[in-house]
Amino acid sequence: MDEILEILEKDARVTPEDIGRMLKKKPAEIKKTVAKYEKDGVILKYKAVINRELIKDTNSQVRALIEVNITPQKDLGFDKIAERVYSFPEVASCYLISGTYDLLLIVEGKDLHSVAKFVAEKLSPMEHVKGVVTHFMLKKYKEDGVILKQKEENKRIAISY
Amino acid sequence: MKDIIAKKVKDMQPSGIRLFFDLVLGMDDVISLGVGEPDFVTPWQIREAGITSLEEGYTSYTSNKGLYKLRMAISRYLKSNYGVEYSPDDEILITVGVSEAVDLALRALLNPGDKVIVPQPSYVSYGPVTELAGGTAVYIDTSRSGFKLTPADLDRHIDSRVKALILNYPSNPTGVTYTRKELEALKKIVLKHNILCITDEVYGDLTFDFEHVPFPSLSGTKEHTLYLNGFSKNYAMTGWRVGFACGPKEIIAAMTKIHQYTIMCVSITGQMAAAEALHIGRKPVDEMKREYRRRRELICDGLSELGFTFFKPQGAFYIYPSIKSTGMHCLDFARGLLEQQKVAVIPGTAFGERFTDRLRMCYALSYEDLKEALRRMKLYLENKR
Repeated sequence: MDEILEILEKDARVTPEDIGRMLKKKPAEIKKTVAKYEKDGVILKYKAVINRELIKDTNSQVRALIEVNITPQKDLGFDKIAERVYSFPEVASCYLISGTYDLLLIVEGKDLHSVAKFVAEKLSPMEHVKGVVTHFMLKKYKEDGVILKQKEENKRIAISY
Repeated sequence: MKDIIAKKVKDMQPSGIRLFFDLVLGMDDVISLGVGEPDFVTPWQIREAGITSLEEGYTSYTSNKGLYKLRMAISRYLKSNYGVEYSPDDEILITVGVSEAVDLALRALLNPGDKVIVPQPSYVSYGPVTELAGGTAVYIDTSRSGFKLTPADLDRHIDSRVKALILNYPSNPTGVTYTRKELEALKKIVLKHNILCITDEVYGDLTFDFEHVPFPSLSGTKEHTLYLNGFSKNYAMTGWRVGFACGPKEIIAAMTKIHQYTIMCVSITGQMAAAEALHIGRKPVDEMKREYRRRRELICDGLSELGFTFFKPQGAFYIYPSIKSTGMHCLDFARGLLEQQKVAVIPGTAFGERFTDRLRMCYALSYEDLKEALRRMKLYLENKR
């Protein structure tokens, strides 16, 4: 993988100037490369990784992993039905997977009821959906390579040879 | 009790620096460029191997030389990476970091009055440990040749009492390293005078701009080389304390004799974890190396903008800039920087008394901390003017 991507994947806020410094390239050149990655969809967006466990407001969300069994459509396979499913704003992630079911969804809602309602009223009744299994998430330990805990203290001593 | 401490020990530590260190350790919220280790935690697979070994009850001594499986793994690592062959049976000794290996080597080799050549600036232990072992350190100033020992300088300093040369590349504190051609030229002098090259290559895996060349990989050097390496810097395992020495049977046997009476063996947990490190291979090392290389560019650019001059480091994670333009002594500079801006650096004199216009900075820090340290140094310099 390009080192520019390696840097941005760890910290999207590193500036083109700093990346240029690190890789001995001109900032303009970095900007151009990044723009191309954005245009080609290699870089889709930049976002903060938030530890929701630490947010004590009333807008907290529940998440559920939902296994969906579907009947593939002739000529279209799974793609068309997947599109109908992932277009719902409640669906945060959608994967086609191998194994005993077909789609794996991550669904978000403001509480247990709203997720249950989405499953019962939107997802289950859909044509081609044969069955769903809903798993509510209880605790998040790690997400996208980031371990969700308070910042670690510095364990190095300040002076050593 | 009067004079309870031996004279040679009393004479050891340059006192000015000790005071400075006490000052640093007493302060909070310091951004420290004064460390000598990676900022990464040991990769999880390696830590996990250490934990598992404890769960499985590996809590005993190992053989004095170290676990056979670790010696075997080291032998394979050296052969496959560098084409150097050492037998796990009698040419490899596992030590408590490279530090112990240096101590063992010098004690095993030196008779009173024997001399050891130490190119300076040098890692802090070589001189004092030479003296402790009854030898005399012959320091060669390398500041006029880009902090690299030249064959001519080496040749000029060797007399009949010189038994060994200590090389360290990439170097702590300068980050400078040698190319194959330069090593070949040094080799000629080592062979010509029939001395031993003790080569501390603990930063070898962290060489940025070209392939690292171990001294014993040069043809005809094996009998004249004691090769020292470890897991501290490449695998970010400083606290585990695992290093190793490879060399001629006779020397390894002599070192093992001292090691068995003083240390017995390296902690088995550390040895098990180190074996796992070699099993995983270079991937985590290369990832960390790319990170250090990017930070090198950041700090080089930053220091240039501040008007410091330096030889660009080609490995490790140190830079050894000159502060001559400020007209200050390194100890005053470092103390002022710490007190006014809370940035810690190591005064250059720690690595050789003559380097009063140098500082050692370690750039194994996050980008944010590195940039903040540079910003504070800029403020410090502006306030000085």
